[in-house]
Amino acid sequence: MPFKTEEMLLNVGPQHPSTHGVLHLEVTTDGELVTNAEPTIGYLHRCFEKYAETLTYQQIIPYTDRLDYLSSMNNNFGFVVAVEKLMGISVCERAERIRVIMAELNRIASHLMFIGSFSNDLGAMTPFLWCFRDREEILKIFEEVSGARLLYNYYRIGGLAADLTPGIEDRIHSFLNQFEAHMLELDDLFTRNAIVIARLKGVGMIPRETAIAYGLSGPMLRASGVDWDCRRDEPYSIYPSLRFEVPVGGEKLGALGDCYARYLVRRAEIDQSVSLVRQCLTDIPPGDVKEQVKRNVRPPVGEVYVRTENPRGEIGFYLRSDGSTKPSRVKVRAPSFCNMSVFNRISKDILVADMIAILGSVDIVLGEIDR
Amino acid sequence: MQGMYETLLAALGAERVVPFSVGFAALVVVFALFAAIMGAVVALIMVLAERKISADIQERIGPNRVGPMGFFQTVADAVKLLTKENVLPRKADSILHYCAPTLVFTGGLLPVAAIAWSNGIVVADLNIGVLYVVGTASLGVIGRLMAGWASNNKWSLLGGMRAAGQMISYEIPNSIAILSVIVLAGTLNLQELSEAQKGGIHQWFVFRSPFAFVACLICLVSSLAEVNRTPFDLPEAESELVSGYHTEYSGIRWAIFMMSEYIGMVVVNAVAVALFFGGWNGGLPGEPLLGGWIWYLLKIAALMYCQVWVRFVLPRLRIDQLMSLCWKNLVPLGFLALLGASVQALLGPTGQHVMMVAAWLTFGGFVTLLFAAVLKTRHVPAQDGIPR
Repeated sequence: MPFKTEEMLLNVGPQHPSTHGVLHLEVTTDGELVTNAEPTIGYLHRCFEKYAETLTYQQIIPYTDRLDYLSSMNNNFGFVVAVEKLMGISVCERAERIRVIMAELNRIASHLMFIGSFSNDLGAMTPFLWCFRDREEILKIFEEVSGARLLYNYYRIGGLAADLTPGIEDRIHSFLNQFEAHMLELDDLFTRNAIVIARLKGVGMIPRETAIAYGLSGPMLRASGVDWDCRRDEPYSIYPSLRFEVPVGGEKLGALGDCYARYLVRRAEIDQSVSLVRQCLTDIPPGDVKEQVKRNVRPPVGEVYVRTENPRGEIGFYLRSDGSTKPSRVKVRAPSFCNMSVFNRISKDILVADMIAILGSVDIVLGEIDR
Repeated sequence: MQGMYETLLAALGAERVVPFSVGFAALVVVFALFAAIMGAVVALIMVLAERKISADIQERIGPNRVGPMGFFQTVADAVKLLTKENVLPRKADSILHYCAPTLVFTGGLLPVAAIAWSNGIVVADLNIGVLYVVGTASLGVIGRLMAGWASNNKWSLLGGMRAAGQMISYEIPNSIAILSVIVLAGTLNLQELSEAQKGGIHQWFVFRSPFAFVACLICLVSSLAEVNRTPFDLPEAESELVSGYHTEYSGIRWAIFMMSEYIGMVVVNAVAVALFFGGWNGGLPGEPLLGGWIWYLLKIAALMYCQVWVRFVLPRLRIDQLMSLCWKNLVPLGFLALLGASVQALLGPTGQHVMMVAAWLTFGGFVTLLFAAVLKTRHVPAQDGIPR
């Protein structure tokens, strides 16, 4: 007599150790095999875009902190660049330097968070704490500069909230030296670990065409072999004057399109960010970094769309001004949201453990997906 | 009653049948209590040790609030767990849910009876000691499957199924590896196994036969899987299955699962020490200097440290990798070791000496390869050392 079998519906999240927040996955499983995984989002929706219409431009900045709360500096950066472009103003060299330093440090912190939680998803606990040890140092630097450890509210339209504190350059330098040694240790422990490679190689393949079709960006896109980085290809701030490489999946990196490639791209980006911070730190020109505009800016009537490179991909700000102190429309293109869209496509007929690895490699932040 | 008891003992193969009496029954109860308390103490020490060692590896401080250097942290944890509510999920099978931890704990404790702690310190000096240990240790599988089934939780069910699949599979290479040494020693009695390795470190089986060395590696790997520790902690994989089969357990019932895990570690390591690392013998010729049980505990502690170390360095395997490691690698390798050991058992004294030299060469080669591999990849910048 044949056994009657049926597929099991498994609700992963919104409270689950590996959904990185309040993501809900409706997973259909056949034993250990995942036949379909349908993400449900919206548990963290806060009406950011609509609420921003009731705020002045400067007042919106602290709310951008809360989009992708692991890279607040980068969110601030994207928003102020958008408003400055709308107003047609520029900021002084010193302010731009500090902006890039903070954005790249935040990129490192964000990627450290990714490596930590990703390794935790794979069942390794030590890389997580090693990454947090270094992330803590970055947070201390941010705390000294901006007064906050998570939501910095540091960038201003036309400048910055505060100048660098005395002696912080040396502190960043000594941190970077120590950090590079720590990263070599991490490579020994995690990057070249045979089990890590066995778990990640060939898992969650995203071909180049699929990556483009789904509008992926950032490390997700570059891991699939698309050489695109806003900092280089659609430059803003002082990135054109800085030297850096864009890590792309393929022969050089040793992996293409799979979870391991996505890990390696982020791991390589950390090294590039270290180099970028060092370049910006040398000979910072003096100057007044405080904003040179009025508190209540009134951009001319018009609209603007600016995309900048966040740790998770392109964050795009669309702003429409009616000439008043408040924007008449704000729209955010959240990188995690677009990156998440491919998840359902690549998590069919895989094992449960692979699904968790893929979810970890997408590196989502629900604060940004739900806004 | 007495007849039944004697038949039972005879069926178990016990040679020295003790006549049934109230005094003997009381003794059995005392020993059982002693074993249970010992289990709790081992768990208390191991939890603290694991947290301290992991803190050392992860560059943290670890528990340091309760008592000097946090020594009483686990005592505080135990008190908390004892006073915590035992939650029973709705529509759960209450009887199975209640029985499962007990069964797992029993499976953990029963093997302790046959372990020879020192020359003359053994609760049950069974002539089939190893068989008894391997057999009773696998009782825990039923308990884990029961826990997974009875919890009325899909995560628990998946965890229970994983536990059953994994532990039953890994018992095979483990048993084959153990068998290789049994063939060499010609006995299943743990006391006699230790006796057979008397006379210095060169008499330990791991250094007496290259096949025993291979068997030792298989045994150490599969014993990790037997006790569900990383990289084989799939049944309780936190990031995948929340907590696996003990997701729905709280309070002391959860603590019993944890205690069983630590007692299981002691048991598998005690067996490994008895089989491969000289049992209660010291490393020098003659009688052990400190007393056999101290040597025995030290060796177990060393192996336990390695298990904790491995746990905090390696990520988890996937279920198919776990199974292919077992069936495609460990089992064939185990059969080779068994075959070799069987041939060695037929050799004369000269052959044994040749095998001893071969064992040391294997050991030396293994260590050299290990160090060479580590030195080759250590601190290589990320872009250059990545395997293609």
